[in-house]
Amino acid sequence: MSVRTESPETRVEPARKRRTLPPLLVHVLAAAGALAVVVALTLVTDEFTNLRIATIGYYLIAVAGLTLLTGLTGQVSLGHGAFMFIGAYTVALLVRRVPSFPLWADLLLASAAGGLAGLLAGAAAARLRGPYLAGATLALAVGLPALTRKFPDFLGGSNGIDFTVHSRPAGIGVPELRWQTWIVWLSVLLALVLVVNIVRGRLGRDFRAVRDDEVAAALSGIAVGRTKILAFLVSAVCGGLAGGLQAFLLGTAAPGSFTPALSLSLLAAVVLGGLGSLWGALWGAVALVYFQAWSEDLADVLHLNTDVANNLPLAVYGVILIVVVLAFPRGIQGGFHRLGAHLKSIRRGGKA
Amino acid sequence: MRRSSIGAGFLAVALALTACGGAGESDGGGQQAADSAVGVTKDTVVIGTHQPLTGPAAPGYSKISAGARAVYQAINDGGGINGRKIDYKVEDDGYNPTRTVEVVKKLVLQDKVFAIVGGLGTPTHSKVVDYLNSEGVPDLLVSSGALAWDNPQKAPMTFGYQVDYTREGKIQGKYVKDTFAGKKVGYFTQNDDVGRDTQAGLDQFVKDQVVVKQGYDSANTDVTPQLSALKAAGAEVVVCACIPAFTALAILAAAKIGYQPQFVVSSIGADPATLSGLLQDFAKRGGASVSSGQLLAGLIGTGYLPDVAQTSDPWVAYFKGIHDKYIPKEPFTNTVLFGMVQAYTFGQALKAAGPDPTRRKVVEAMSSGALKGPGLTPFGFSKDSHAGYTGAYVFKINPDTTTAVIRPPAVTDRGTGAITPYSGERATPEQVNLVSK
Repeated sequence: MSVRTESPETRVEPARKRRTLPPLLVHVLAAAGALAVVVALTLVTDEFTNLRIATIGYYLIAVAGLTLLTGLTGQVSLGHGAFMFIGAYTVALLVRRVPSFPLWADLLLASAAGGLAGLLAGAAAARLRGPYLAGATLALAVGLPALTRKFPDFLGGSNGIDFTVHSRPAGIGVPELRWQTWIVWLSVLLALVLVVNIVRGRLGRDFRAVRDDEVAAALSGIAVGRTKILAFLVSAVCGGLAGGLQAFLLGTAAPGSFTPALSLSLLAAVVLGGLGSLWGALWGAVALVYFQAWSEDLADVLHLNTDVANNLPLAVYGVILIVVVLAFPRGIQGGFHRLGAHLKSIRRGGKA
Repeated sequence: MRRSSIGAGFLAVALALTACGGAGESDGGGQQAADSAVGVTKDTVVIGTHQPLTGPAAPGYSKISAGARAVYQAINDGGGINGRKIDYKVEDDGYNPTRTVEVVKKLVLQDKVFAIVGGLGTPTHSKVVDYLNSEGVPDLLVSSGALAWDNPQKAPMTFGYQVDYTREGKIQGKYVKDTFAGKKVGYFTQNDDVGRDTQAGLDQFVKDQVVVKQGYDSANTDVTPQLSALKAAGAEVVVCACIPAFTALAILAAAKIGYQPQFVVSSIGADPATLSGLLQDFAKRGGASVSSGQLLAGLIGTGYLPDVAQTSDPWVAYFKGIHDKYIPKEPFTNTVLFGMVQAYTFGQALKAAGPDPTRRKVVEAMSSGALKGPGLTPFGFSKDSHAGYTGAYVFKINPDTTTAVIRPPAVTDRGTGAITPYSGERATPEQVNLVSK
């Protein structure tokens, strides 16, 4: 699975060095710009589309975390839904049991809880590789939601926990869902600033070194085990935040939402978007939300019978995944990249 | 590392600025009680539902909306209700609560439905009750027997439909106590409200006969360990509060280990036609063929709607007519009938809401207590109760998979009140006359 992808970010590095602005500031400014775009988008779309934009937001951070782990560090996780599960239940329990906590504290604690689980999983995972690692993480995705049935009074059993989050300050005349979408994207973009900083910093280089050749990495003085655990930690923090945001947005945390299928679709989104590219995470997240929606609409328009209609999204998703991987092995982002290079060469050809 | 701590500080500050109050504290935002006619036009009424068309609860339950759709088609072909046709939008949630929240928001915000009718499942529907009530969307005839739907103070828009699990458990418990006195009883129940609420009713009667309690999770289809435990404890009567797929799995697992208890099954999982289909299907996947008649003969169940095999019942005949006209390819099962009665009941409420229906008017029509119809026990709807059917009858499955009533309908409450026989008259389809032709 460790496809060696030179991410576009690393290539533009030399150009960026010439700039005088520190990278963190650049990233914060980019995030502020992205937030402005999202706010503008939510203002021109209806409330239900807002919900879809918010859904893309929390999938984005989950997929970005998985990209960092799988694309950059070469560790395959089939169990990332488990970290979302932990984040979602942390927010659910905090909202229900400690109602006085503000939302930002709930979300930070959800990320921390995800991170803690990631640290434990990472410690075990650092000793495993390839299919064994995949198997171990899959066990996490299958096993963890079953905890809710073990502690039905605390975790709500199969029914899970439902609650209402009050986040909108009184006197703001914005529809609830729009406001929630803004909060989701604000949190996601702030987390992404951290992730991008990590990916482009020393730790990011360590991640890639470990992915490309563990022995060579160890010989150059990188603590391979520790690096792998750190990758798991960062990735799980993202998963925890994603789960927390999902719980905040939908007001629910239930085991039926965190099936192994969720973990697998996150991984598929990573591959579809472009393994190892954070822009790819965005395309992957958009695909997760919109392919489902479009194929449902398609089924509606074609008046297909329910058996066909209900399997259409999966089939469409599968076909697109196969086509994209065949045509652009580096996913959608790789395709964009190739297209850009092609256009450039045409322009150059024209000039000559 | 210094950078990330700066970033973390930034995150904390920014989020602190956006949300000051406690996330779980109510801001006192009350009911939007404004009367509205969203989803109603001159010639249509748009309604929606969430159903498990895929996923663990789909076997059996995916046919409910097919039955409902057939009735709406029949109503529309008869000119609609007060001249308005019903546009019925079915969303698949795969029994996944996250999807339920998404699809219900889609129905409310995008499709602008007038009401949600017959949303299916406890883990799923419980996640949208607050939302629907705060948006003021009527949430009618929920397809689940959980007690939560009957809460007029906190959820004034929500109404139940089927008999709740505790009422049903009491009727099952009394029957077992009367008929199988002194025999050892085992429980086999779903690990959620279904199991918990049913046991609350059963325990009032058979607590001292119970020797073993086993639960199942709908995610795990291997129930052999539970059935082995029931067998080992010597349970002679097994009360099964299960969805159809798990009644079938339990019967097959028992047959496999040579265990022949008397099964007593809740209405949600006791439809003979659905069970026959599932038994054949599951056995075929396991590479065996079974005689479902043999496996089901003698099984005891509870119900509140007439059985589809009772063709002399005026309501069964009426719905059979609709079935044969609109969905002749679907087997005519009690599960299909469940959806048909539900749709018909909504049609009655909509008609009672008058020529210019609004959300408030339809809720008033529901709680007026005037809805009478196909069920063999009455609805509990009133100003103070949003409980659906209030009782059940007990039946036994014959070797030809028809059923015979072995204890006539009785009604009770969800507390510790007595069980009393019910002998009220039902209105006939002609008397209700929903669609005048």
